[in-house]
Amino acid sequence: MTRVDRSGGAWPAWRALGRSQLRAHPFQLLATVAAIALGVALGSAVFLVNAAALAEFDQATRRLVGSADIMIRGPPEGFEQQLFVTLARLPQVSVASPLLQLEVTLPGQQPPLQVLGLDPFRAAALQPALLAEMGADVTGLFARDSIMLSRAAAQQLQLQRGDALPIIVAGARSSLQVIGVLSDAIYPEPLGIMDIATAQWSLGRIGRLNRIDLRLRPGVQVSALRTALSAQLPPGVVAVTPGIERGRAATATRAYRVNLNALALVALLTGAFVVFSTQSLAVLRRRTSLGLLRALGVTRLQLRCALLGEGAAIGAAGSILGALLGALLAALILRHLGGGLGNRALTAPAAVFALRPLQLAGFVLIGTAVACLGAWIPASEAARRAPALAMKAGDAEPSLLRLRTTLPGLVLIALGALLAWLPAIGGLPVAGYLAIAALLAGAVLLLPTVMQHLARTRTRSGHATLDIAVAQLQGSASTATISLAAIIVSFSLMVAMAIMVHSFRNSFDLWLVKLLPADLQVRLGSASDTGLLTPQQQHTIAGLPAVARAEFRRVRQVWLRADRAPVALIARDVDAAHAGDSLPLLRAAQQPAPAGTKPAWISEAVQDLYRLQPGERLQLPLDGRLQSLFIAGVWRDYVRSEGSIVIARADYIAATGDASANEGSLWRRPQVSPPALASAVRAALPFGDALELIGSEQLRERSLVLFDRAFGITYALEGIAVAIGLVGVGVAAGASAVARRAQFGMLRHVGMLRRQILAMLAIEGVIMSTLSALYGLLLGGALSVILVYVINRQSFRWSIELAVPWQQLAVLSIALVAAAAVTALWSGRAAMSQDAIRAVREDW
Amino acid sequence: MSATPPLLQLDEITRRYRPDSAPVLDQLRLQLAHGEYIAIMGESGSGKSTLLNLIAGLDRPDGGRVLFEGTDLAALDDDAVTRWRRANVGFVFQAFHVLAYLTVLQNVALPLELLGVRDPQRRQRALQLLEACGIGAQAERYARELSGGELQRVAIARALVHRPRLVLADEPTGNLDARSAQQILRLLREQLRANAAGAILITHSAAAASSADRILQLAGGQLRAAALPAAVPAMP
Repeated sequence: MTRVDRSGGAWPAWRALGRSQLRAHPFQLLATVAAIALGVALGSAVFLVNAAALAEFDQATRRLVGSADIMIRGPPEGFEQQLFVTLARLPQVSVASPLLQLEVTLPGQQPPLQVLGLDPFRAAALQPALLAEMGADVTGLFARDSIMLSRAAAQQLQLQRGDALPIIVAGARSSLQVIGVLSDAIYPEPLGIMDIATAQWSLGRIGRLNRIDLRLRPGVQVSALRTALSAQLPPGVVAVTPGIERGRAATATRAYRVNLNALALVALLTGAFVVFSTQSLAVLRRRTSLGLLRALGVTRLQLRCALLGEGAAIGAAGSILGALLGALLAALILRHLGGGLGNRALTAPAAVFALRPLQLAGFVLIGTAVACLGAWIPASEAARRAPALAMKAGDAEPSLLRLRTTLPGLVLIALGALLAWLPAIGGLPVAGYLAIAALLAGAVLLLPTVMQHLARTRTRSGHATLDIAVAQLQGSASTATISLAAIIVSFSLMVAMAIMVHSFRNSFDLWLVKLLPADLQVRLGSASDTGLLTPQQQHTIAGLPAVARAEFRRVRQVWLRADRAPVALIARDVDAAHAGDSLPLLRAAQQPAPAGTKPAWISEAVQDLYRLQPGERLQLPLDGRLQSLFIAGVWRDYVRSEGSIVIARADYIAATGDASANEGSLWRRPQVSPPALASAVRAALPFGDALELIGSEQLRERSLVLFDRAFGITYALEGIAVAIGLVGVGVAAGASAVARRAQFGMLRHVGMLRRQILAMLAIEGVIMSTLSALYGLLLGGALSVILVYVINRQSFRWSIELAVPWQQLAVLSIALVAAAAVTALWSGRAAMSQDAIRAVREDW
Repeated sequence: MSATPPLLQLDEITRRYRPDSAPVLDQLRLQLAHGEYIAIMGESGSGKSTLLNLIAGLDRPDGGRVLFEGTDLAALDDDAVTRWRRANVGFVFQAFHVLAYLTVLQNVALPLELLGVRDPQRRQRALQLLEACGIGAQAERYARELSGGELQRVAIARALVHRPRLVLADEPTGNLDARSAQQILRLLREQLRANAAGAILITHSAAAASSADRILQLAGGQLRAAALPAAVPAMP
């Protein structure tokens, strides 16, 4: 009777292969598991930190919004409070709560305090927990200049009940009285709560509001009412839902976080190539055993399943370990560094770690799938090979040569080039990332062809060590390709990142130089709504004997659309005819501004987000009216990714009557030193100590330090990917050295010195890593073009000029060559520790 | 007038695998004259390969001396022994050990390259040996394209290309069929004569041993003279 076993072959084959692999090469197996674990750990850690930060952003918004259905928002200067009365009377509205939400300037160089002025009894309907927390203290809020602080604010400002809180409003120093400290349960972030009327009075906004929260009656359609309201609201005032508000907080940081996630996944991708290298070499090493299994009756499918099973087991072990490590890493980062991941603007101090089992399981699946992907080609190749051929010595290289990778490689490269031209999807450079993935995969698939062409040279030097090394490489070009795939991928990405970051830094530096021509920058409370210099104070500063020239700016926010974040309006001195002298202009309108129109220069973000072009008209809401401005040009702004608009200050004053300023640039007279200039300015104003004064050069240096810090995590992630790549090189070199022990033994027999063999290995390492570095530089250069012109542009909505950091690339390349040579040498030394005598007999 | 020392002299060689184990070679003595070709037979585990390794300077004895033309190999450090081996010893292995990524010619020329012999002398000598071994036509082919018999011919050419005084052959016909084995042994003997090299052949095969001038049996750690079984015809 003929027995046909259709299912049982894969499992015993997998068990036999796996056991022998684990017993014979435990280090290589562990290194591969570690490579996957590291990739998954980085990916899951970045994801968990981001998720915690986003959850905190979401929670913070919910706490501030309460249970409102619609929020009416206006500029910091506010709108007439009559609007509240109008809205409160609408039949669809059940509760309306008037608010004043401001960033209040505090003396000293500290961040402004967010203050919420509200009607406690109306707000109680939308935020009942707040009223419950305030309890009996609520009546205290009605007293003049009273404020309640959240615990975080009280701790940050080192204040307690009964203390005075000094503030600066409209160019004058005043103070508020702390009447209580709220518990963390209500507002864990730094915040002050005031009665609306007190806030209007104390913060210089009499008769004005900048937010109204509405709860609608049951059955009222929120979207319909929001649309109807939007049409009736004054220009610059928008109606948004809490969902839009929460989404905006997430969107502001999304590009940075997605990029970090992508970078973390690069480490995982490199891990996949390590699995590919390890499994390919393991298949080569065990080709006779695999042939034997086939001869004993294991089918092609069963053999493929067994080998894929090996990859899956490596992937699952690495992924589970990585997910646990990632969770630990995320908890540590959140506890000690906050959720910003290197970007100060994105920090969410109250973010708390939450284990997300479903998402972690997703990472385990991704890691396992990626490892299976790495094992797919070697498994297929092993299954395809005829058993008789597999069992024949010396079959390894030719079998690899049979792999047809040139055409798929070229197709993927062409596809990558096409994808790079596609626009962003949902504000994210999805096609750009796919282009990079396609180019990487294509370049790796082309590698065997390139190596085989390079290996065709047959020149010999007459030096045995060099000639044998070269011949070895020529004879094993495909195997070497497998060994180097991981390091080429990670190195090329590091090169691409290095070029992109250098280009960005270079452009950022030039931008700073252009924007900071003065000796001293003056600011009263960064990003605050109340710290303003009055015209008189500006005049006083400009008139100081130490000051040769002074320019003042008014920077404030304006809402152009309800579903987007407000943009920054910068009113400053600009000579319309020579705007390029003081602004980093990218493009100017073809035609001059029509007579009688006022010019505006928009940033690239405004151009992209609002689909505006030079020469078109911009409807800018100012002081409750729409101003029609001529878009005279597009300028580069590296600070405000949500967009900014520059207009002439004279035009702004004419439109609003607001001659106050919150920033300034000062030029000193020749004989005056910068510190003397700063002292003179401080002494001239009653709140001089509250002024932020910084030399332009110092500001530039500080900005560059912050820039470097923001990219620190990028470099760390890339460094880890390269380290994983080097693990791949080490694993491959180790496998190759072990496979070549008999060869080393024979060479020792015929009279080759131990150091000559080591020199031979070092030469092989240097040649291969030099080729890898050159290939990586070429590939990285191509990827950097996509990073600079596609991913950066679509992610952050600003352009940068490509600049190549030759010196840094040379150092990186030399470091790679040295590391790979040392790795090859170390692996060879380890293989040579077994004496030459046993080595030549090992395969008997 | 002093007598010329023998090519190889083993003086009371002792070797143990572990310090507390019985010696695998026990005060073994052997003399090999210049140009002499001997075969050593013995059961598996009798220490044949260990003996070959000691002679080649790849292993050190626990007792006794290995003298090559009167020079004690123990007096040389690892580099010096390697250089001595490079110049004076040729090897033929059972598993051929031909480098797959070198051509046949490059494989054969390898010892000359290590000795610093330059082209065109190197190429000329390698081709001469390949012709002598009957595989001159295969000079530019790669090892993976050759049969077992052809590979062993390459190995013999490589073992003799640098005119070593001593050739050590460890089961050179172990992987070959009877006909190929006979051809290889005949070739080995011819080439040894042509190059005036002494040789030690380690083998299990009485037929292979019959190609040697003298046959020794390794047993109990000692070498004794042995005769061929009557059924084995001596190799011409």
